Amino acid sequence: MIDTIFHVVLVLAMPPLLLGVIGKTKAAFAGRVGAPFLQPYYDMGRLMKKGIVLSDSTTWIFRAGPVVTLAATLFAALLVPLGKHPAPISFEGDMILFAYLFALGRFFTTTAALDTASSFEGMGAAREVSFSCLAEPTLFFALITLTRLSGTMSLTPMLQHVTLPVWMGTGASLILLLAGLFVVLLAENCRIPFDDPNTHLELTMIHEVMVLDHSGPYFCCVLYGAALKLYLLGALFVNIALPFASGNAYLDWVVFAAGMLLLAVAIGVVESVMARLRLIRVPQLLVAALILTAFSLVLVVR
Amino acid sequence: MLFFDMMRDPASLVLCAIALAGCSGLPGLVLRDGTLGQRLASVAALLSSLLALPSLLYLLLGGGEASFLLNWNLPFGPCEVALDPLSVFFLIPIFLVFPAGSLYALGYWPAASHSSQRSVTFFYGLLACAMALVVVSRNGALFMMSWEIMALSGYFLLVAEHGESEVRGAGTVYLVASHLGGAALLFLFASLFMITGGFGFPAAGSLAVGAGLAGALFWLALAGFGSKAGLMPLHLWLPSAHANAPSHVSALLSGVMLKIGVYGILRVISFFPERPLWWGGVLTVAGLASAVMGICVASAQKDIKRLLAYSSIENLGIICAGIGMFLLGQGTGNQRLAFLGLAGALFHVLNHVIFKPLLFFCAGSVMHAAGTRDLDRMGGLARRLPYTAFFTLCGAVAICGLPPFNGFASEMLLYLGFFGEARAGQPFVALGAPVLALVGGVAVISFVKLYGIAFLGEPRTAEAAGAHEAAGTMLAPIAVLACLALTGGLFPQLFLALVQPAIRGLAPDLAHAAVLPIAPVWFALAGGSVICLAAILFLFLNAKTKGRTAAASTWGCGYLRPSPRIQYTGSSFGAFFSSLSGSLIRTRITVGQVAGLTPAAVRLSYHPEETLLHRVVLPVLNVLGIGCAFVRRLQHGEVQIYILYIFVTLMLLLLWVH
Repeated sequence: MIDTIFHVVLVLAMPPLLLGVIGKTKAAFAGRVGAPFLQPYYDMGRLMKKGIVLSDSTTWIFRAGPVVTLAATLFAALLVPLGKHPAPISFEGDMILFAYLFALGRFFTTTAALDTASSFEGMGAAREVSFSCLAEPTLFFALITLTRLSGTMSLTPMLQHVTLPVWMGTGASLILLLAGLFVVLLAENCRIPFDDPNTHLELTMIHEVMVLDHSGPYFCCVLYGAALKLYLLGALFVNIALPFASGNAYLDWVVFAAGMLLLAVAIGVVESVMARLRLIRVPQLLVAALILTAFSLVLVVR
Repeated sequence: MLFFDMMRDPASLVLCAIALAGCSGLPGLVLRDGTLGQRLASVAALLSSLLALPSLLYLLLGGGEASFLLNWNLPFGPCEVALDPLSVFFLIPIFLVFPAGSLYALGYWPAASHSSQRSVTFFYGLLACAMALVVVSRNGALFMMSWEIMALSGYFLLVAEHGESEVRGAGTVYLVASHLGGAALLFLFASLFMITGGFGFPAAGSLAVGAGLAGALFWLALAGFGSKAGLMPLHLWLPSAHANAPSHVSALLSGVMLKIGVYGILRVISFFPERPLWWGGVLTVAGLASAVMGICVASAQKDIKRLLAYSSIENLGIICAGIGMFLLGQGTGNQRLAFLGLAGALFHVLNHVIFKPLLFFCAGSVMHAAGTRDLDRMGGLARRLPYTAFFTLCGAVAICGLPPFNGFASEMLLYLGFFGEARAGQPFVALGAPVLALVGGVAVISFVKLYGIAFLGEPRTAEAAGAHEAAGTMLAPIAVLACLALTGGLFPQLFLALVQPAIRGLAPDLAHAAVLPIAPVWFALAGGSVICLAAILFLFLNAKTKGRTAAASTWGCGYLRPSPRIQYTGSSFGAFFSSLSGSLIRTRITVGQVAGLTPAAVRLSYHPEETLLHRVVLPVLNVLGIGCAFVRRLQHGEVQIYILYIFVTLMLLLLWVH
């Protein structure tokens, strides 16, 4: 019970902090002080207090988009184990539900974008769905490898199976898998090199351009949903990358939270040292990630 | 007394319902008042389904079987008609979609505005009856006759608008493909006649023949039934046929007739006591290839019904892959894989029967309202057709296989099958999971495009701006199907209860050994939670922003005079993915020349091409056509000479027999 409470609190409260850490890291690289770590929380709080502007072209779909996406992501949050603690909900095949809840969110985000009748948002929606259908098989390859290693088909036992001895035995395969997952993490959350969350030119955006017309509490939903998605995919990554268990339940929570912050720093570093890829290069990187995870499967089969 | 006894027997009721369905269009042919005839047909259709569906459920759940010997004096042996679980299972789609389409047609194809209504109504009933006969017949000759009636009534329905050359062309391609498939089946039943000495179907698992002969029979069945089911590369007839038929006919063709092909494959497989491993491999690979290619081509379409037709190819591919998994599992003694494959395939059959007609009905309402099938000429319909828009959204989410709708539940079973194989020594089968994930991703592209471009944004033409909501008789069947789709997603055990007996019929050892690895309650929990969470959030945010909502126009990125023409179109939405998939999807772009200092207006248009048809089949057919030009001399349109041909053929046959 206490684990479930910790899980829910962590999953609800921590995601915006990752955005703050990423921002701070980028600022440090650029030689700036940067916004406070808690800036995303302030932003969201401010958005919740605001009114909204609705385009004349939109229907209820436009308002349902952020809401359904957030609801699906919130349920997905119950499926991922955080650190060495089991997820509140775990059953055979929950990783498929996990992947498909994100797809449900994508369906509604992109339809809401098309609801505005803006060509820019249509463009963003087309890019989002096209890139994700390349990222999705990568995730499934990684899940197959994990299923093969652990012999189970549920996220909690699958991810908890990855311990130091497993790393010793199949390290090469797990490194390839992590590389693929990291690419998926960046692509699905629209980070550099796939998409620049801070760009000011609508033509080059993917995710940000889809939500141009959202405002007030609905935009807060969008931002929070995006942060939560980053957190969940990040948790998947950290669970494999940090195979340590301290034995103490409370210490494990701390280790996991520290791991997530480290991941945020890593994303910030990637964003600072890399340039955004040209749009036509993006699919090549995604296919490369697909092949990496496919290799990780080959390595555990041999 | 005899009558009442018959009425108490569910199997006889089903046969009565089949006959009633076939006769439903007859009054319309003789009545002077077309509207009355159409209404009578709808009443008959509803009555037939009211008779049939409870009896079918009773037979399926109660485990009843029945068999009848019809008294005929044709030289094809005893004419047996039987209702076993497999047949009963495949009768359910017919009696679900047929009355729904018949009701829908009252508003969609009314006698007042369509002169072809009489023939459409008549053949609609006949098609349903013929499909049911195909499913229940246990005699090769009766099977082929019903098959032929089915194919021909499908043709007459399809060419309802034969004034348009595109429709006639689609009809011709359909007729040719259908008969090529029929020829393969004729060979199949002739070979079965040679082996068993009769036209009656061999009992399940009783056809013990050599490996080579069994393989030949398998290929014949795959060619004949696979072309009916629209498996690639035998799908060429399907998109144009389903796009050009009236929408309620497309719903029946796509929702049910394709499944008859699946039924055929399963029935033929059931004859053999031993099914070689490679059959499973062939079916899995063919199914997954169909699924990927079908949905990739669908994502490039701009014709709303063509998109749905290609998505049918995808769904039938998924079903076929499930059957392949079943055979692979049986071949390797892996009961889990076999069970999940077959259960997933049959479950997906039911699901496709629900959401595809739903989407075709919605597409019909959209065409009715906007006057075009071209997605790029629609837009903004959600404000004008709010109910249709809502139900289309349900159908689109369901067909993408997303929770909380039924498509997710069946794909989940297939995924579990694929993932289970990751633990096997050689995890080749597990590679199906990423392929299915790719299919799901591209399905999202296709259906976000269908829904977003047709219903959302601003109307692109005056017709779309003046659109109106469909009539109540058109919305009612759509609503029922949408409810079924949600029910199947939240409570898959209800549908699986129908699937179980069919599995027991096909593989008696399987139903007891294998249990579902996932408790159905998770579907209800996950789907229910997402729906409730979304509803609570929606109401909360609505209340929070009440009174603080300003209206403005969409942010135009600084451009001040936007017009509906600058919206992203269906073609542009799909173009980005098409550019990734290379030569798989080809688009012909025709554009006028822009010349001079003050150029005149030019037109640009996109036409998605069928790569296989335009690059391979048509060139080959052209060469063949030149080579076989001399045969055309036999065909000159003089009927008396044709009768002479028949006479000569008959004489030669008689000579050959003696």
